Amino acid sequence: MTALAADFTSPSIDYAGLAPVLVVGVAAIVAVLFDAFLPRRLRWNTQVVIAVLGTVGAFLAVCAVAHHRSVTAAGAVSVDGPALFLQGTIALLGLASVLLVADRTSDAGGAFAAQASAVPGSADERRLASSGALQTEIFPLLLFALSGMLLFPAANDLLMLFVALEVLSLPLYLLCGLARRRRLLSQEAAVKYFLLGAFSSAFFLYGVALLYGYSGGISLDGIRTAALEGTHNDTLLVLGLGLLAVGLLFKIGAAPFHAWIPDVYQGAPTPITAFMGSATKVAAFGALLRVFYVSFSGLGWDWRPVAWAVAILTMVVGSIFAVTQTDVKRMLAYSSVAHAGFILVGVIALNRAGLSGSLFYLLAYGLTTIGAFGILTLVRDPDGEATHLSRWAGLGRQSPLIAGTFALFLLALAGIPLTSGFTGKFAVFSAAVSGGATPLVVVGAIASAMAAFFYVRVIVMMFFAEPVVDGPVVVIPGGATAAALAVAAAVTVVLGVFPQPVLDLANHAVPFLR
Amino acid sequence: MTHGFPWVTVLGAIPLLGLIGVLAVPSDRHEDAKRVALGASLLTLVASIVMAVQFDTGGNRFQFTQDYDWIEAFGVHYAVGVDGIALALILMTTVLTPVVVLASWHEAYEGSVKGFFALLLATETVIIGVFGSLDVFLFYVLFEAMLIPIYFLIGSYGGPRRSYAAVKFLLYSLAGGLLMLVAVIALYFAGRHTFDYRALVAGNLHISHNEQVALFLGFFIAFAIKAPLWPFHTWLPDAAAEAPTGVAVLLVGVLDKVGTFGFLRFCLPLFPSAARTLAPYILGLCVVGILYGALLAIGQRDMKRLVAYSSVSHFGFIALGIFAFTTQGGSGATLYMVNHAFSTGALFLVVGFLATRRGSRMIDDFGGAAKVAPWLGAMVLLAALSALSLPGLSTFVSEFLVLAGTFTTHRWFAVIATLGIVLAAVYALWLVQRVIHGPLREGVESFRDLGRREAWVIAPVMAVIVALGIYPKPLLDVINPSVKSTIAPVRSHDPAPSVPVTLGGSK
Repeated sequence: MTALAADFTSPSIDYAGLAPVLVVGVAAIVAVLFDAFLPRRLRWNTQVVIAVLGTVGAFLAVCAVAHHRSVTAAGAVSVDGPALFLQGTIALLGLASVLLVADRTSDAGGAFAAQASAVPGSADERRLASSGALQTEIFPLLLFALSGMLLFPAANDLLMLFVALEVLSLPLYLLCGLARRRRLLSQEAAVKYFLLGAFSSAFFLYGVALLYGYSGGISLDGIRTAALEGTHNDTLLVLGLGLLAVGLLFKIGAAPFHAWIPDVYQGAPTPITAFMGSATKVAAFGALLRVFYVSFSGLGWDWRPVAWAVAILTMVVGSIFAVTQTDVKRMLAYSSVAHAGFILVGVIALNRAGLSGSLFYLLAYGLTTIGAFGILTLVRDPDGEATHLSRWAGLGRQSPLIAGTFALFLLALAGIPLTSGFTGKFAVFSAAVSGGATPLVVVGAIASAMAAFFYVRVIVMMFFAEPVVDGPVVVIPGGATAAALAVAAAVTVVLGVFPQPVLDLANHAVPFLR
Repeated sequence: MTHGFPWVTVLGAIPLLGLIGVLAVPSDRHEDAKRVALGASLLTLVASIVMAVQFDTGGNRFQFTQDYDWIEAFGVHYAVGVDGIALALILMTTVLTPVVVLASWHEAYEGSVKGFFALLLATETVIIGVFGSLDVFLFYVLFEAMLIPIYFLIGSYGGPRRSYAAVKFLLYSLAGGLLMLVAVIALYFAGRHTFDYRALVAGNLHISHNEQVALFLGFFIAFAIKAPLWPFHTWLPDAAAEAPTGVAVLLVGVLDKVGTFGFLRFCLPLFPSAARTLAPYILGLCVVGILYGALLAIGQRDMKRLVAYSSVSHFGFIALGIFAFTTQGGSGATLYMVNHAFSTGALFLVVGFLATRRGSRMIDDFGGAAKVAPWLGAMVLLAALSALSLPGLSTFVSEFLVLAGTFTTHRWFAVIATLGIVLAAVYALWLVQRVIHGPLREGVESFRDLGRREAWVIAPVMAVIVALGIYPKPLLDVINPSVKSTIAPVRSHDPAPSVPVTLGGSK
């Protein structure tokens, strides 16, 4: 025992490299403390300030350590280009989400239930709603989730991956169930997300166990070297890879693991949907990229055929199902499935361009998504957000600016040139062609054409249809939402017209540090 | 780098500045917004004429070129410049845009006048960019971006079925465009990582025959939808019928030329061996399109749809000339593109005049219009005659060149295509007979003759039709060298005709 203790040296920790994660983590803990001790009337504003400071701080920390490269905490965390690029993206998306969450101009009570435990439809709930009570726990929950997301793409061993996955998932399960309106739908979404998420975590963990059995360690690089040696039991490797992939593909919402996406995205409070649709997706793709590019890049022949099938299925299923939707929020949910497929095309390229293209796509897509969901919070009728497509008829006449901004986001999602969506799509598609996946790109192009149909249909409703009688009201966005939307719209255009600086950034971010 | 005055950029920038000007006008002063739009389009016209005068027909193929890095990560340049073909098409655009602006004076409904004219100017900028780009990526971006303003113009300001027509137009074009995107990306890697058109043509591209066929089809389908060639045409009658008159002129007259321009610019010189293999099939499509479009035009009861179907027939002729691989055919096709813009433009305009007076586009609602409005009747007749390629009008020259150019290499295709001329006479003259002659119909008696604005709209178009019919040489001189170098990779020299002909002073 004593000998063991003497051998143990505590791992050196590169605090600077971990600063982005630490800032948000500390902010989350501070937020919990403030929530416990501050008087009720001060809580909301204080929480908003802490959350904004936390996300801005994380972003600044990423900028400060931009050139930092290290593998730290005994190989558990890798602070490298892709991780920092994605952390910067996630911090930005987190900030935008916080702004959407914090805006209470469109609904005096915000988007969240006054008290999650009040039974929907009960007298208790009505009393709480009229008392103006606010749920401020959402901010610490959001920050905890965010810290998990920041850690996820940097996690360099299987355990850290799992820890980060759970840290980001658990608060999200809760947040999904907190919608102020249509609470039953929201709670159903939370339960569904939790159950399926727990399943996928179990798959993930099983995969971790098998891979541990295969390589005798938990480090991602260890798996790579073991696979290169080729003397171990390949059954364990392939099974472990498959199970691990199931867990990750679930999080990014790839078919056939996408079934939760439409229900959860629709039921969750819209600012949280925006957060999940953007930041969660970026984080999960970050982890997926690292796992496949670091551990399994040598096994391309084994997993690429399956990945092709998944990517094709994801693009096609997402596009086809989106066409049949009549609810804008649900349509955007299916569109996020289709986009997961497009990004997978970049992942499958398995080359430098594929990695940097995916990074760029994630940034572009994340901001456009935040913008699109942000607009949804503004179009309201007396029961809350009016998300049915037919209610959007003639919105372009009523408020051309909001409708025009939404049209911009939709065109970007459809991948029309001179928007960020096109640049992203071009980046991943060209990477895939150079990586020998031209047929996949052809399918991607066809799926894009299908996808264009449903984006365009919303534009048709907004601009070409006659306004409906007593249609929804477009709320003038509060300062916070307006800021988030303005940034999202500006980035969508700039990344379409002058993408070079950000493309450079993404190019310099590759490759992964092992 | 810039060689010579950057005319293309300037030409593209003027409508863009006009657009900003239109948007800056206070929204209650509609007339001012219209005047700004007209002024900007006229200024563009003047600038384009100055550019055309400075174009040296004996000089480099591409002139007024500019080349700057745009997106280094993708190897994309902002590279623009014009050859003779592009110059002719840009001139066509800049001449027609003021006409369209003037023709659309009362088109936009109250409250959205600014939007309408801003979109018109945006379209002009993008189209000039499409014709002037020398970078395949830049071309693609503008090719796709072009859809958006037209989509809103049709969808927001069109007829009763505008929303259906606009969506159909957009989806057809996007589907073709996205397949082309794959081909564009593949071209980049096949061409040693460059999008530079001149480098690609000069020999950067080394690909096998089968790869050529695949890439050719990627480009071809997008252009065939845009042009539109039978059987990719079904969006056109809907879009053209529902679009406001001015937009229909812009759409069919100018925008669709991007498709045929694309055949010449990309399909032939970049993939010559594929072009040779596929040419017989494409010529087959062209001939079917010529006859099919003309037959359907005969059967139409809606005047706008009639014009649209006649265009399908004419686009068949244009593509026929291009895929005949002779200088005569190519020059004829290019000239045809310009002439068709004016001839079809004239038809759409007079149909628009008639429809505004009667409140209907149905042929059955008209009759005897010439009795009450002689000048209008004369214009309808002249437009119809140009559609059937009457000798002395510009369309005759181009149609003759196309058929003669095709005859030397593909005799039977030319013979069958000639039937299209007969059918054109049927639909054009029958239209004239039913609409402006015959007994005076109820609702037509009150027709007023051409107004001053309408006269200003139609006069320049007719003037061009007559002028190019009598003396096409200056335009052919500009076009010919570029067509020669375009066709050179496909066929090194023209087949010697068994009976020597000299046409339009082109040789």
